[in-house]
Amino acid sequence: MSTLSERETRDAAPHRIGLWHAGVVVSTKTESPTGRSIVLDVPGWGGNIAGQHADLRLTAADGYQAVRSYSIASVSNGDRVELAVDRLPTGEVSPYLVDELRPGDQLELRGPLGGWFVWTPSLPGAVQLIGGGSGIVPLMAMIRSHTASGSDAPFRLLYSVRSPDDAFFRSELDTPTPGLDVTWLYTRVAPEGWGRPPGRITVDDLAGSAFAASLSPAVFVCGPTGFVESVATALVALGHDPHKVKTERFGGA
Amino acid sequence: MGEHVDGNSLAGPLSELFAVDLTMASARCLGCGDVSELARAMVYPDPTGYVVRCSQCDDVLMVVVQEPDSVCIELRGMAWLKVPR
Repeated sequence: MSTLSERETRDAAPHRIGLWHAGVVVSTKTESPTGRSIVLDVPGWGGNIAGQHADLRLTAADGYQAVRSYSIASVSNGDRVELAVDRLPTGEVSPYLVDELRPGDQLELRGPLGGWFVWTPSLPGAVQLIGGGSGIVPLMAMIRSHTASGSDAPFRLLYSVRSPDDAFFRSELDTPTPGLDVTWLYTRVAPEGWGRPPGRITVDDLAGSAFAASLSPAVFVCGPTGFVESVATALVALGHDPHKVKTERFGGA
Repeated sequence: MGEHVDGNSLAGPLSELFAVDLTMASARCLGCGDVSELARAMVYPDPTGYVVRCSQCDDVLMVVVQEPDSVCIELRGMAWLKVPR
């Protein structure tokens, strides 16, 4: 029986996403007191669609390695990647990324990863985005993809943050964008005169500001695990089809 | 125990082993019969790997244990895994 020799098998083109790429930091930007965005040039990356993430690998001088996943805020078909990272006080990697990393520093990235929590301009129909804290990051990529493509799919964003200062991408989100409606929710401190008292997102917030279940929107929810699970439960209680609700949890906070 | 995340987080680790994105594959849970994409499963990371549980009944679907020279994938909780082409 004829089979591929071992040599031929091993010489097969490597699968692109399983590879680690060396990336170089191009720029960083403070987004909030605890978070910043980081633009990297990653030769060989080859682009990503909205909602995907990357694994980052850091190697210490003694060889110890740490791998963490971060959502991608940018959409492109090139080698530029923008991440945005919130510092977790007990984190092993995020304090370095937020406080220490400088332009010119190198990081290893693997990706783009994940084909499920994604939006592409070819998808028709209304889209409801619901983000908590740095859960805005993959949703920002969807908003940017929506804008860049000229998609006429109606978009709405509910963005829950602790206080006005904690918002990522504030100026971009405050710039009026056709086809995008943004609702801010504050959990601890709201701007003076804000109609809604500070508090966690409720069924009433969803009923009042999100697309109704009767419109059958595609819903993307991203944030800390507790946030995502309370929102997903509330959406189903409001009649949303669980199959139309996609979630991404990033654990603590 | 750390807080759980979800199957989206498996995309990177599983890309070391499989040429397709398994987070888009659907698994049938042996415990309750639910069929969902692996992305929807609950993932409990620990220092040696991951325990992956059904989002509906919490039964264990899959355990990934990373050892120095190998990765062991136990699939005791799945009747099948359907991979889109």
